[in-house]
Amino acid sequence: MASDTQGAENAGGGLEFHPMDQFIIQPLFGGDVVHWYTPTNVTLWMALSILAIFALLVLGTSRRAIVPSRSQSIGELAYGFVYKMVEDVAGKDGLKYFPYIMTLFMFIVTANFLGLIPTAFTTTSHFAVTGVMALMVFFFVTILGFVKNGSAFLGLFWVSSAPLALRPILAIIELISYFVRPVSHSIRLGGNMMAGHAVIKVFAGFAGLAVISPLSVVAITAMYGLEVLVCFIQAYVFTILTCVYLKDALHPSH
Amino acid sequence: MATETQDVAGQASEAASAPGMPQLDFSTFGNQIFWLLVTLVVIYFILSRIALPRIANVLAERQGTITNDIAAADELKAKAAEAEQAYEKALADARAEAQRIVAEAKAEIQADLDEATRHADAEIAAKAAESEKAIEEIRASALENVRTVAKDTAQEIVAVFGTKKADAKTIEAAVETRMKG
Repeated sequence: MASDTQGAENAGGGLEFHPMDQFIIQPLFGGDVVHWYTPTNVTLWMALSILAIFALLVLGTSRRAIVPSRSQSIGELAYGFVYKMVEDVAGKDGLKYFPYIMTLFMFIVTANFLGLIPTAFTTTSHFAVTGVMALMVFFFVTILGFVKNGSAFLGLFWVSSAPLALRPILAIIELISYFVRPVSHSIRLGGNMMAGHAVIKVFAGFAGLAVISPLSVVAITAMYGLEVLVCFIQAYVFTILTCVYLKDALHPSH
Repeated sequence: MATETQDVAGQASEAASAPGMPQLDFSTFGNQIFWLLVTLVVIYFILSRIALPRIANVLAERQGTITNDIAAADELKAKAAEAEQAYEKALADARAEAQRIVAEAKAEIQADLDEATRHADAEIAAKAAESEKAIEEIRASALENVRTVAKDTAQEIVAVFGTKKADAKTIEAAVETRMKG
């Protein structure tokens, strides 16, 4: 307790930046050790994501109205958005995997937006979360590609439209880019979420100086607006890349 | 002072235990991954069991309703067009009927008129012929009178001038010749 008051005095005294503190994972019910099963703030905010999705897509559509209410409209909009994306990018045969992609999209988009609530914890700002999702997509798509096409899936790396002499070089480049996919896929989402929240925290830190504080408030507002966009766009990008990878697995020829 | 240094030390140790980015604190990865998988599985079941089929149903039902409504509207439109056509046809029929009646009446009147005209013409012609005949008669009787008067006059004149008695036959012949000439 003594150190707590001391910390508060320090914060009042001068500029203190802890932009990364918001990402620290703490057990919900006290204790210091984070076991794999410990309920933490990760658990809490993921559960809130589930609740939000349940409220939107299950409670919101519970009336099954022909003329939709507002919440049902949003649910149908989300459904149509992802459905059309899968159909357009991955093709008709990709629609079989629509529920998986919808799961990813709904989780990312709700986690992103819940993270925008002040003092909230953003689960998608952690590479462990985005990395696992990207790896799931990577392995799913790779295995699916081999199951569906057999060794013809390797044609993905053999650019038959290029001159013969270039093909081995292109094959190496394609192979590298293929294995870099999960890295870029996960860091793009996690990095965006983390950076945005950290920048807001830094601006908030500047508010400790009375002279700068109005500017700080304006900057936070502007960043928040940008973050609202980023939250949706990054969920969209993650989902559409998943669709592109799925298309590669279903139709590996260039 | 002592508490402050202790606090600083405490913060330092805390910073050391949690490296600069909590994202790279691998000790929490297991926890995050576990809860992430639980979350994804729960969301997947909510979506695939309840939400997605329900929304798909609603959308299909709405699409069906819209299609039905459009079909019904098309049908009504066709009916309206049909009714309009029937109305137009009735109108045209009525117009044609009216024209026919007008033409008929006209023809009837014309026929009556022609009949009357013909009748009048015939009457006029008959009257004219009768008058002509009368005139002819009058003219003939006048000629006869003239001849008689001429004979008588000629006889008298001859009787006055000549001593010998005028031959009635000769005078008659002379008058006839003159009258012809």
